[in-house]
Amino acid sequence: MWIKAAALFLGASILLYCLLAGADFGAGILESVLGKELRAEQRKVIDRAIGPVWEANHVWLILAVVILFVAFPGAYSAMSITFHIPLTLMLLGVILRGSAFTFRHYDAVRDRSQAWYSAIFVLSSFMTPLMLGMVAGGMLLGLVGRVEDGFLQAFVRPWANLFCLAVGIFTCVLFAFLAAVYLIGETSNPAVRQIFIRRAQILNVMAIVAGGLVFAAAERNGLPLASLFMGHALSLGSMTVATLILIPLWAAIRKGATSAARVLAAIQVGLVLAGWFRLQFPVILNSPEGPLTIYSAAAPESTLRYLLYALVGGSVLIFPSLFYLLRIFKVEERQ
Amino acid sequence: MTDLLAARTQMAVSLGFHIVFAAVGVAMPFLMAIAHWKWLRTRQPVYLDLTKAWSKGVAIFFATGAVSGTVLSFELGLLWPGFMKHAGSIIGMPFSWEGTAFFLEAIALGVFLYGWNRVPPWLHWGSGLVVGISGVLSGLFVICANGWMNAPSGFDWIDGRAVNIDPWAAMFNRAAWNQGLHMTLASFCATGFAVAGVHAIGLIKRPNSLFHRTAFRIALSVGAIAAMLQPLQGDRLAKQTAVLQPAKLAAMESLFETAQPAPLLIGGIPSEETQTIRFGFHIPRLLSFLAHGNFDAEVQGLDRTERENWPPVLVMHLAFQVMIAIGTFLAILGGFSLYGLWRRNATRTALNERRMLRIIALSGPLGFIALEAGWTVTETGRQPWIIYGVMKTADAVTPMPGLVYPMTLFTGVYLFLSFVVTWLMVRQFRNVD
Repeated sequence: MWIKAAALFLGASILLYCLLAGADFGAGILESVLGKELRAEQRKVIDRAIGPVWEANHVWLILAVVILFVAFPGAYSAMSITFHIPLTLMLLGVILRGSAFTFRHYDAVRDRSQAWYSAIFVLSSFMTPLMLGMVAGGMLLGLVGRVEDGFLQAFVRPWANLFCLAVGIFTCVLFAFLAAVYLIGETSNPAVRQIFIRRAQILNVMAIVAGGLVFAAAERNGLPLASLFMGHALSLGSMTVATLILIPLWAAIRKGATSAARVLAAIQVGLVLAGWFRLQFPVILNSPEGPLTIYSAAAPESTLRYLLYALVGGSVLIFPSLFYLLRIFKVEERQ
Repeated sequence: MTDLLAARTQMAVSLGFHIVFAAVGVAMPFLMAIAHWKWLRTRQPVYLDLTKAWSKGVAIFFATGAVSGTVLSFELGLLWPGFMKHAGSIIGMPFSWEGTAFFLEAIALGVFLYGWNRVPPWLHWGSGLVVGISGVLSGLFVICANGWMNAPSGFDWIDGRAVNIDPWAAMFNRAAWNQGLHMTLASFCATGFAVAGVHAIGLIKRPNSLFHRTAFRIALSVGAIAAMLQPLQGDRLAKQTAVLQPAKLAAMESLFETAQPAPLLIGGIPSEETQTIRFGFHIPRLLSFLAHGNFDAEVQGLDRTERENWPPVLVMHLAFQVMIAIGTFLAILGGFSLYGLWRRNATRTALNERRMLRIIALSGPLGFIALEAGWTVTETGRQPWIIYGVMKTADAVTPMPGLVYPMTLFTGVYLFLSFVVTWLMVRQFRNVD
């Protein structure tokens, strides 16, 4: 029971990280495809939208890592070894994105350095979701190598393959799509709104294509993803619903029905994650000694109990303050 | 460079970088809250200007601290999977509490930075204070985990595995509180003097600037009080180290042979090879007193520790001496400054004293040098152990070869970021002028 509860909190943190911080990275990705029209205005909207919240959003990642290493230390340790390279690159993205964004905002002098901050901000906004996606793909694919089998086998193959790349791209597109949908409601300028609506529509199509690519790549890398989905009712269901939601979502985006579009887009991403979690369950990742599951890699019960007390206690403090933060910047602003 | 050395270097660089931002993140919000409180009470515009100027510093330092802290939480696994595999479930509790405190800090900072004219004034002030309080708490929680590496408790180590885990006992290990308090004071001392140093430069350039004078007073008062308390806390920590990690204390003091009574070595360059000390001089019996509160006490030397388990003596001794020298100097400087600041007409007599301003301007970086030296003592002094007496650092390192590459990458990135942050601060400062 304790194990499943810890896994649930882990899943929830990853979900919230994707829904909130994912969109912050997505906004960075979007910045690279801003149209020439009203460029400055669009950038201002992005700055204002993620400025007050990105640091709080980022903490979900820290929380996820902490839960992982407290509750499932064996899996954390194995992941850190196998995915050392993509995780390092992901961290590089985390450092550069956060710093560049803050520097851009707070630099007392506006000069050519702004262009540098923006370039780094955009590049690193691609890097982190790409690498996160590749690691997630690697966990599902489950290739492992022993250290004795050589560097490539142990530290490169598990993630440097077509399937992982496809998942990485899919993650980038999905995050950018989330960002575009969220941003529609962040501006009252109708022309800029129209631009974000357009981006959201294009990215939605791209997400479907990238999703198809993931399935195709999986077959090539010997992962029968489609039949795996068929085999798990929850995964199949979540994918079906995610696909069906496209219709009302499309309508909501077209009409610029901000809140509806936000909720539907978030549900869609949530369903994608839920589908993945179900396929993964209960395995966290493979290891040369066999699969590490949430049961075999779990910490002793005393640790899990204290962790859950901390998580529940923390939630009582965090959620009200988080709602307050979102309310003053995301609700009151529009009034 | 061996992989172990590369991993240790990367960890040292990452910690050494993060610690500066973490320390500023702990202390700076309080400086900001003092200025903000004064603004709300007196409505003198200088306090508002100061609050806003300092809050930009807080924002830049917090963001950089947050991302470099994230890097560390991953690096624990990326570099030391053998450690985290066992330690994760033992010292996870302080980390999960730290996560909560850090979360609150990030939320409160968002409210504070973007909340001008949007949040009721006193609630806004409170959000700034919450940033500081959560900063202090996150620091304390992380140090609980570090303390556990120095004084492991709350588990039994049987056949290379941790059993009977008691997270509560692990978190409140014997080293946690003393280390935590020492670090918290160090954050206030280093930040206070650094900020005072910056505004001292401003005052040298413009002796009549009300802005710099106000800022200087607040920052220097905070730094000075912390600097004067620090020797007391440092003494308590040293006495505890003498009991918990005698080899660490012996290396700090270059005490090769157990002595009763033991003299205190001032200065000097120890050689591990010959077990001798060049230069430097001894004060008889003083080490016995400092370590055990008794002039006749025996102090354990390195001879009681197997040669392979010695921490690197030269590094330890030098880092410790640097920390002590700076700490003593700042405590004295703090005393003088407080006297100058709070004497009647203090602002006139003390602040127009250009010599004093120069000294404080030059002392700006000293607190941070002492803080880095202190962490060098803590971390190097635990070597060759990662969990003192339980697991060797060499047994915890990742099996991935070629660690010199990520080490170079992170060193480069951190050097670059240090450069940019310094440059930004200079631009910030010029802009205020």
